[in-house]
Amino acid sequence: MKKITLIIDGTERTAQEGMTILEAAQEAGITIPTLCYHPSVTPSGSCRLCTVEILKGGKSRLVTACTYPVEEGIEVKTNSAAVRKTRKMLIELLLARCPSVPVLQELGREYGVKKPRLKKIKNEDCILCGLCTQVCQEKMGVSAINFVGRGVNRTVDFPFERMWDVCVACGACTYVCPTGHIQNEAHKVAQLKRKLGIERKCRYMLMGAVSNKLCPHNYECWRCEYDQRTEYRLCEHPVLALKLN
Amino acid sequence: MVRLQSPAELEELRKHMLAKRDTKKPCITICSGTGCRAYASEKVSTAFEEEIKKQGLDNTIDIKTTGCHGFCEKGPLVVILPGEICYVQVKPTDVAQIISQTIGESKILDQLLYTDPVTGEKAVHESEIPFYKNQTRLVFGNNSKIDPTNIDDYIVLGGYSALSKALFEMTPEEIIAEVKDSGLRGRGGGGFPTGRKWEECRHAPGDIKYVIVNADEGDPGAYMDRSLLEGNPHSVLEGLIIGAYTIGSHVGYIYVREEYPLAVENVFIALSQAEKYGFLGTDILGSGFDFSIKVHRGAGAFVSGESSALMTALEGRVGEPRPKYIHTVISGIWDKPSTLNNVETWANVPLIINKGAAWYASIGTEGSKGTKIFSLVGKVNNTGLVEVPMGTSLRDIIYTIGGGIPKGKKFKAVQTGGPSGGCIPESLIDSPVDFEELSALGSMMGSGGMIVMDEDTCMVDTARYFLDFLSDESCGKCTPCREGIDQMLAILTNITEGKGQDGDIELLEEIAEVTKNASLCALGQTAANPVLSTLRYFRDEYEAHILEKRCPAGVCKALISYYIQPDKCQACLICYRNCPVGAITGAKKQIHVIDQNTCIKCGICFDVCPQRFSAVEKISGRPVPPPLPLEARVIKKKKSKGKK
Repeated sequence: MKKITLIIDGTERTAQEGMTILEAAQEAGITIPTLCYHPSVTPSGSCRLCTVEILKGGKSRLVTACTYPVEEGIEVKTNSAAVRKTRKMLIELLLARCPSVPVLQELGREYGVKKPRLKKIKNEDCILCGLCTQVCQEKMGVSAINFVGRGVNRTVDFPFERMWDVCVACGACTYVCPTGHIQNEAHKVAQLKRKLGIERKCRYMLMGAVSNKLCPHNYECWRCEYDQRTEYRLCEHPVLALKLN
Repeated sequence: MVRLQSPAELEELRKHMLAKRDTKKPCITICSGTGCRAYASEKVSTAFEEEIKKQGLDNTIDIKTTGCHGFCEKGPLVVILPGEICYVQVKPTDVAQIISQTIGESKILDQLLYTDPVTGEKAVHESEIPFYKNQTRLVFGNNSKIDPTNIDDYIVLGGYSALSKALFEMTPEEIIAEVKDSGLRGRGGGGFPTGRKWEECRHAPGDIKYVIVNADEGDPGAYMDRSLLEGNPHSVLEGLIIGAYTIGSHVGYIYVREEYPLAVENVFIALSQAEKYGFLGTDILGSGFDFSIKVHRGAGAFVSGESSALMTALEGRVGEPRPKYIHTVISGIWDKPSTLNNVETWANVPLIINKGAAWYASIGTEGSKGTKIFSLVGKVNNTGLVEVPMGTSLRDIIYTIGGGIPKGKKFKAVQTGGPSGGCIPESLIDSPVDFEELSALGSMMGSGGMIVMDEDTCMVDTARYFLDFLSDESCGKCTPCREGIDQMLAILTNITEGKGQDGDIELLEEIAEVTKNASLCALGQTAANPVLSTLRYFRDEYEAHILEKRCPAGVCKALISYYIQPDKCQACLICYRNCPVGAITGAKKQIHVIDQNTCIKCGICFDVCPQRFSAVEKISGRPVPPPLPLEARVIKKKKSKGKK
């Protein structure tokens, strides 16, 4: 692998070719705030919170750290005035949509968002980052949930807004959700669990990790020894951990 | 049709076709672009067919339905060859007269000729009409000479000669050099140098490469790509095949909107005809080069006109943009190198190959070469498609070609570049139109839409309208575009409804800046242009709305009232009868009064009040005078002036 040298916040750093600015910064111990980023899925660059300023060939521009690949000789500023201004407005925009999400409130305090200036559009918890849909598609390979609609009216839902068998309530989406919105949808999961055991498979059966055809615990994962052990051992959501390796 | 095996066979075919054509034989060409079809040009062409059959002139007169001529304001257009006599606004009832007089007796029908509204002069030939006279129609010119469903028409005019030249006389490197030297830039909006794009894609690693035609033209009021694809599809195909040969691609896509049924139809016909002659498929013209084209019909999302979103849609997924920090020429559809160009860009390629880079580079300005087609719409006399050299001034386009503003109104602004473009005010109307100049003015070239606005247009309302469009069309993937546009729209709606507050303008500017800098794709990055450009040139209108609660143009309903001036009202009862909500009280010989609480501000009273009275007035920014007491409303009969 080729080594690449770049300047992050005034210090020269080396990174490997193919890494993103975010990964290089994290390796160097620099924190860049993120919402829609998760190491186990492809970065989509949708929340734009990880916006950083880069200087390349004498020109400055704002890019998202999670998708921009490291380049030889570029200078990255992760916390310049322009970056902070942009992030502050992004947080304000998200707060107008989701005023009561703790993560956003915390970010708001950090970036000096004071009283709300924008019209409150909605009061919900979903910031439409798309991590849940990505993990469902890329890691579980099922796409049980996806975006519905366009623009401000888009939501995450099942096809035709109906609960369907493809969702096995694996819980990977709840694990990656940055705002905790999916937990609120727990009733849908509970609904699924009430179904007869033979009608569905658990995440381990789906992945071929266990050979059982029926769950001895009536699909209550917290009682499953295998599940608990895997989670404990890997310190990660079992689905993501197993799929990653 | 025979599959052509070599360039010599193509030339022979062309000679054979030319020899067969009788140039003296009368030919009636009827424009059947979508614009003229809306004016029932199909009925006109059927009427011609029937009349010719009736008179038994089948062998002596030819009929040809062509693509869009561009002068859509005056459709349906009929041009009679070989005299090139041009008739405008032809109705099926005129057909018999045209055949018996113009063709039979070589008489020109004055009533069907174009009349210049200013000088009153009649123009016999298309080329004498000011609308056409001042244009340079390089790309668009053949539209009126070609039946788009007949490849022979295109071949007769020298079609596919650029392809045979490129395949047999030039190497891909030479073609790239030629395109680079010509200075051709992408016509879709970004203006990226086409030659550089091709070169990068040619040198990108990988065996499988794609070329794509972007025909997902979604800007309100823009239709040049549609007309080109409908009227001269082979010019686009020829450019695409040359591009594919240059880049080393064997599969091409045409991404065309499903909303363009005629374009889709004509493209399919063109593809099958080109294939039969051997311009497509395996071993094109015996050169050993293989290439095929697939058509993908768009499902109607504006954002799919953006290159990465278009590619996602081509892959069969929801058309959403993706980060382009690695260019699509390196990693495009299915992560393979892909070259995407606009319809117009591809159609320019055969011209450059045929006539040479030096010729092409001699047209236009320093940074922008060649010609550009604009669709001139809105409050302008000559609506239609205009092709002019880059660097032509806005004044020339709007006044010399467009014929100025209707009804003697004053020009206020022109919006270029579609919904994400900006509004350019009257003070800058002499600016030349090219990529750099328009960006410097806070607008953009876009795909070439030009919406002219007159003094009756409220700029705040215009900005609100475009943001409303964009908020509908934003895919919603990234935060600044999805939430930013919606917030800006909310503020603008408040302002137009008279609920604007101090600080709104500053907040708008702040959101606009972030939307511009932080959005994922070009839709979001340019979405703030309507707001920023109107704020730049018409800030006073915003201030009038917010501070004085006044709409200077009298458009925003919440800020205007209609009032009948008692000294002018003649108690004619016209407004009284036409008011849909019965808000007007009045009677014979009694001055009418509008009840402001019932009035819905539809403006009908304003429109119907006879011009010689002009008693209804639009009031904005000041209170409506109280109605006269009932006793004072009686009109005393004036002494008649006529008798002495």
